[in-house]
Parts: sequence; structure tokens; C-alpha cells
Amino acid sequence: MKISKKDVLNTAELARLEFDDETLSKFTRQLGDILVHIDELAELDTKNVDPTSHVLELSIPFRKDEVSQVITTEEALRNAPSQENDFFTVPKVIEDQS
Amino acid sequence: MSIPRTIKESATLIKEREVSPVELAELFLERISAEDGKINSYITVWEEAALDAARKAEKEISKGNYLGPLHGVPIALKDIFVTKDSRTTCGSKMLRDFVAPYNSTVAEKLMASGSVVLGKNNMDEFAMGSSNETSYFGPVRNPWDTERVPGGSSGGSAAATAANLCLASVGTDTGGSIRQPGSLCGVVGMKPTYGRVSRYGMIAFASSLDQAGPLAKTVEDAAIILSSIAGHDPMDSTSVNLPAADYTADLSADIKGLRIGIPKEYFISGMDPEVEQSIRKAITELEALGAEIVEISLPHSRYAVSTYYIIAPSEASSNLARYDGVRYTYRCENPETLRDLFFKSRSEGFGDEVKRRIMLGTYALSTGYYDAYYLKAQKARTLIIEDFEKAWEKVDVIASATSPETAFRIGEKTDDPLKMYLSDILTIPCNIAGLPGISVPCGFSSENLPIGLQIMGKPFDEQTVLNVAYAYEQSTKWYEKEVAPPG
Repeated sequence: MKISKKDVLNTAELARLEFDDETLSKFTRQLGDILVHIDELAELDTKNVDPTSHVLELSIPFRKDEVSQVITTEEALRNAPSQENDFFTVPKVIEDQS
Repeated sequence: MSIPRTIKESATLIKEREVSPVELAELFLERISAEDGKINSYITVWEEAALDAARKAEKEISKGNYLGPLHGVPIALKDIFVTKDSRTTCGSKMLRDFVAPYNSTVAEKLMASGSVVLGKNNMDEFAMGSSNETSYFGPVRNPWDTERVPGGSSGGSAAATAANLCLASVGTDTGGSIRQPGSLCGVVGMKPTYGRVSRYGMIAFASSLDQAGPLAKTVEDAAIILSSIAGHDPMDSTSVNLPAADYTADLSADIKGLRIGIPKEYFISGMDPEVEQSIRKAITELEALGAEIVEISLPHSRYAVSTYYIIAPSEASSNLARYDGVRYTYRCENPETLRDLFFKSRSEGFGDEVKRRIMLGTYALSTGYYDAYYLKAQKARTLIIEDFEKAWEKVDVIASATSPETAFRIGEKTDDPLKMYLSDILTIPCNIAGLPGISVPCGFSSENLPIGLQIMGKPFDEQTVLNVAYAYEQSTKWYEKEVAPPG
């Protein structure tokens, strides 16, 4: 299925990405080409086929609910571009009341 | 001293004290510094850490504590395996300064085997690519012809191994990312069964498909690496709890009576005639070695690329949501709002191919499209798996080409992502079904470019896959052909 510029913009909003006009046109064309190819799957009769979510027969492994330290707070924050008092910091989310 | 090319050869020299791990590490570090400018196969070289590890190995060995065939042996790691105290970039601007707080299980196990890690290999950004052109750190060049790609996404690992800038490397394979560069660079590349090797500390691309495995000069070397990294890991709930195997102990070139399936659909139209000729010749060779050749059909494999390009990007769009400008090093400058921070950091930190796949996955999972794309692909996945299950009733392994073509020129497919995606058409089915697969060199084109033979096996039957590749390799000895120094 071809995809419209509007679809690409909506998807970009969901994916938290933004593009300039040139990239938007390029992506609209390229994603459209890929989706047209993928449309071949419609040929497959999958009425009585179960979906595979995973190749292994997985069971959930349990362990004792014991607290253990894998990494420290300091280590967890080491890659943060901005931090303060053991927290990640970001621009203000709640506006000042005035 | 002549430079050893294999782990096996080096291990003998080390064990018999003819060469010290320090001498060997120095030799390879010198080679990297002299030659890697031409192929760009490393993102980070561990000069000091490698020499430290080599000195430690030397000390242990001289005390009589010899750990086995990897002790003191210089190898490399794709820059997707996190390593403590050294950056792990995943080929991305997003992680260019990222230093993980722990070691991946693969790195941990290789270090525990006494190996000397020389550094971290270049790769396609977040392992997304088939040519190693999407790396933030620049493309890797194929040592057989530096105007050509090495394949991807483990292109740095394959190129470094082929050029002997390490004895072997560990890469990852989500849709062919070990086997295809192995084929294009003329080295052995193996993807084990999904669940065989722990994914702990391996930066996630598509979690239901990703698997780590070796790139090496010979099948035996690949078996040595696999024996070191395989096994259950409590830190990865999808790693399978089976006893750890020694794949070298049972390595055998006797394949008499083994049934090898040849899927007729894998001689696709548009395949390079020289590749087809090489594969047909390799099949004849396998038959001469006593294997029984059986024609089989895997009718749904032709839908594997479409299935993959829904499932893998969907999983990727979710896995890569964590790179939000808050926790993992890269953040845009002066964001005004939190929204601004998310959009700008992600748009600046990711390259085009990664963005394309995030977009594709987000679209496939979005309201109104989920049934038509994601659910449909999961059903197609079932059909592809069932094809293999039927085949295993008749054959023990399946053989085909690894890649329908030899190494293509740098830039040849960058403007046409679909064309790039189709270059993994013969490797993707293995990932979709979680099967083990190997690429072993099977000749050269008239332009002196390597060609690879793919052997796929039953789940957890890595040994038979290795044995078939070993039998073929030992009777043809393509690995003896060395790359001329890149010029």
C-alpha cells in the first residue's frame, strides 16, 4: 500500500521523530515502496493459521524475590546527559503558576 | 615470525611457548594501526586493555594455568556487546559516548576463556543494514576490494577477520548479519539457534530474532568460539537451559549418509550466475563426500523478507524507544520543552536507516494497521516455520547460497532500501524460524570476490551444521587463500 505524507507525519509523531521537507518526501516514497512489496503477504491464506510470537516454547523462569544490587545509582546515572541529586533532569514539565 | 591466521594455530604456538600472548597482541595491534585506515573495521581499539589481558594470560600460562584454546588469543567484538569501562557505540551517534556499567555475557565469557580482546568492530548503526554503510563511524571496506562493501551488519567483524586484524570476532545476526558479511568477506560466519547464546548486554535490535555468533577463518575456529560463548544465562530468560557443549570435541568430517536438502526456491531469479555455479559445484562436492542430496521445497520462504520487514522493525521501534535523550548519553542542545528534547535528540542521534525502520515498525503497529501487517506477519512466520518442520522429516541439513551475489560496490544500493533489504533474501528464513546456520567459503568469482555456501540445521543441532561445513572446508580448503594486503 502506498503511504501518504500525512500518514508519514502521523507515524513520525508517534515515533518522536521529525523530518525536513526533503527527507519527508524521500521517506514517503521509500516507505511506500517497501509497503507495496510487503503487500504480497495478502496473497497468503492465513485463515486457520496461528500467529507465532516466538520460536521457542518459553516458560517464565521464576526466581526468589530477593533484593540484590546489580548496578549502583551512580552507575545508572553515569550516562545521563544531565542529572542532579540522584535524578535524571529534563526541561520543566509543569508550568509555573502565576 | 610468520603471522598466525587461525585460533588453532595460535593456540598451539602459545601452548608450546613458542610465542607469548604479549608478542601476539603487540603484533595484531601493530597490524591494526598499519592497515585499518584502509578498511575501517574497528570503532575502538583497546591498546592498553589488550596488552593488560595479554600480560595476565602470559603470567597465568607460565604458572601452568592454561585455560584452553582461547587463552592469550587476540580476538575482537562487534561494538554491539556492551563492555564495562570502554565505550559501546552500536555504530550510532546516539551512543557515541556510552559506557555500560556491566559486561555483556558474551564479552564476559570470552574474557573468562582467557582471550585477548583487541577492540570493538565497526557495524551498521544498531545492526540495521546489509552493507555496513549506515555506521556513524563511516563505512567499512571489503579487504578483497576496498571499493566494495563487506556486507552487514557485522561488516567490521568480517572485514577484520578476513584482513587478519584479529584472529576471529563475535558478531550478531538478526536477518543474516553474521552469515552475509561472512560470505562477502570470505570467512566462516555462524548464527547459532535462537536461545543458544545469551543476549544479555547485547544491544537489542529485534529481540525475537537477534543471536550472537562467531566470524572466523575456519570452521574449527568458529566451533572454539561457539563453545566459549554458548550456554544458559540466568540474566537472559530466552537463553535455553541445555548443557553446554564442546563443539570441537565432536567435530567430524564424516558426512557419509547424511541427507542434505536443496530447496529449489533458493536458486532465485536474478541470482549472480557465478554464485549459482559455485553453489552447484559445492553440492556436487558434498555428494562426493558421501552425503545424499535431496531436492526439497520451502514454498513460503519467498515471503520471508516481507515477514521480516514487519516483525524486525516493529520490535526495533519498541526497543529503540529507550533512546529518548534522558538516559543514554546523547541529548540535543538547549531543548526548550520535554517534547522538544525527545524529538530533537532522537532526530539528531539516529541515522536515516534506523529512522526508516522505526517508522516502518511504528506504522505496522499503529491503530488500524496492526492486523494487516503485524498479525499477518506473525501468521506468515508460522507458515515459514512449518515449511522447515516438514523438511526435517526428509533431511538432516539444508544447503543454499548465503547471498545471491558477491560484494557490491559502496553506494550501489544506498538510495534504494528495498533493493538492499532483498540482499538478505536467503539468510532471513533461518532467523524467522530460529534455526542455526553457517556460511562457509565456497569459491571466488572471476573478479576474485568470495562466495559463501550456507548450511542450515535443525534447532539446537549446531554440531551437524558445523560438521557439514567442516567436511566441505577440509576437502576444498578455500580458507587457505589469503587477502592481499589492502592497497
